Amino acid sequence: MTAPVLELEDVKKSYPGEPPVEALRGVSLRIDEGEMVAVVGPSGSGKSTLLHIVGTLDRPTSGRVRITGLDTNHLSDRELAALRAQRIGFVFQQFFLAEHQSVLDNVADGMLYAGARLGDRRARAVQSLARVGLGHRGATRPTTLSGGERQRVAIARALVGRPAIVLADEPTGNLDSANGGAIVDLLEGLHAAGATIVVITHDRDLADRMPRQVEMRDGRIVADTAAQPAEPPGREW
Amino acid sequence: MSKPTVPVAAQLGLGDVCRLASVGLRTRRLRAGLSAVGIAIGIGAMVAVLGLSSSSEAGLLAEIDRLGTNLLTVTNGQTVLGTAAKLPFAAPSMIDRIAPVTTVAEIGSTDANAYRSPLINKIHTNALVVQATSLGLPAAVGTTVARGAFLNPATATEPVTVLGAAAADRLGISRVFPGERIWVGDQWFYVAGILRPAPLAAEIDRSVLVGFPAAERYLGFDRHPTTVYVRAATSRVADVRSVLAATANPEAPNEVSVSRPSDALVARATAKNALTGLFIGLGAVALLVGGVGVANVMVIAVLERRSEIGLRRALGATRGQIRTQFLSEAVLLSLLGGAVGVVLGVGATALYASAKHWSIVVPALAWAGGLTASLAIGALAGALPAVRAARLAPTEALRTA
Repeated sequence: MTAPVLELEDVKKSYPGEPPVEALRGVSLRIDEGEMVAVVGPSGSGKSTLLHIVGTLDRPTSGRVRITGLDTNHLSDRELAALRAQRIGFVFQQFFLAEHQSVLDNVADGMLYAGARLGDRRARAVQSLARVGLGHRGATRPTTLSGGERQRVAIARALVGRPAIVLADEPTGNLDSANGGAIVDLLEGLHAAGATIVVITHDRDLADRMPRQVEMRDGRIVADTAAQPAEPPGREW
Repeated sequence: MSKPTVPVAAQLGLGDVCRLASVGLRTRRLRAGLSAVGIAIGIGAMVAVLGLSSSSEAGLLAEIDRLGTNLLTVTNGQTVLGTAAKLPFAAPSMIDRIAPVTTVAEIGSTDANAYRSPLINKIHTNALVVQATSLGLPAAVGTTVARGAFLNPATATEPVTVLGAAAADRLGISRVFPGERIWVGDQWFYVAGILRPAPLAAEIDRSVLVGFPAAERYLGFDRHPTTVYVRAATSRVADVRSVLAATANPEAPNEVSVSRPSDALVARATAKNALTGLFIGLGAVALLVGGVGVANVMVIAVLERRSEIGLRRALGATRGQIRTQFLSEAVLLSLLGGAVGVVLGVGATALYASAKHWSIVVPALAWAGGLTASLAIGALAGALPAVRAARLAPTEALRTA
């Protein structure tokens, strides 16, 4: 029995307006350690809202969200920040790399708010960059990298603190199919090494490559392949 | 799997705070530089004004020290009836007998007036006074002869005059050549010399000086001294001062007034200049404008860097850490401007003071106050943008990519 990294119980989220926008209308979901899940759905299906709530960037209107067993309803804003710093890694469609910093420092900043010293952060960043195949580009600026390489750097940044869960929001959205495919290969490799990864995408083909697919429509989960991994791989990293 | 322990937000180290504070400076150098210029001008102006007034004060005090603070003057005061008192003839020699007194010289006012020539209308006196003088006057008041020579025992008995600096100027005499003469009383007096200005005895500058015997013989002078200049050993000036009145006029000490000219000069040197206040005020206005500039830049930075803020929140920054980042950036910007301003102000002071041969004095109040003021301005200017940055919801910040 593997421990749940993420549990959602009847999560609802509505945004104020006339009439109120109901982005999530009761979502229940459980993701276990070591899983790789694609959350797929058309735009407006609520998958981005789901990512924000799972990532504790936003609070649900009602329902319960547990991350690594912690009920986020009971955590303060400050504690949620610490939770993100220590247990959640984000990968965004737009990469969000700091252009004035070296690639290595961009990756090291993934642990900036987790309390590690600069030397330790850089040492871990070196390892993390090596894992995404960019060990030799640490000293360069992100502006000299291709889009695919930039997304690799962003993935390295998400991984550097060894989070319990990695949330990727349309990670291939800004990439051509070759680079996008390489990113998916990378994520699969990380999953094989034990990382828990949730990929949000509207891309069916991409989602089909994931062991488990959760399909969303109009704020509800309409399909879940719930393909549990036969044997949870150990966390090598 | 980790146990469900509540995570605790980590504190950023000082190095990390400084690194984050300098992000804006490193990425937008021109803008940061321009916004710091206002602060630099304000602080620079204030430091320069304070530095210049201190340096000029130090210069004046050094000048006064050079002239000597051991000069005392004894003048005839008023009688109880309100008429001008007269010092005894023997006052100078009696004063000379006080042990710590080193030099005594006296002058006595005559009723004569001095003119460039007898053709000048009598009412055009140029506010000059004709004074009889003893021969040791230049040494006693701390001046020297600029042109020609001072009176000597021979010329003191003859119609010969030495002009104070201002008197020579008003009479239009800048050089001394044989046969140069002016009309004093009812006859020609030959000009023997011109004195340099005497800052401790400004009345000498306006005087046309003649010898005591000559004044008596040609100008109907009554031989009563009106001012006695006394130099005493510096450590004993107060003692000498206390006995001077009684020594100068033992019969009526209350009719004598004693003063120390250097006191007045020191008071004038250290007095606050109204212009200083004005320039400090202008500096403060520049500083205020600079602060508004920094605030403006920070507001724009927060708007522009929403995605960075969103990313940092996603990476686990607390609201407080975001607030600290932008606040410290504003403070750093402002401090940078302040430091440049202090350097500029000290440089301006050094340049001007060395041109004037003053010693360079920048009071600690000026540079430390300048840095403190820029720090405070930065904190004030950064407060609102920092709070706005911290309030930004992470999802909203990330949406505006």
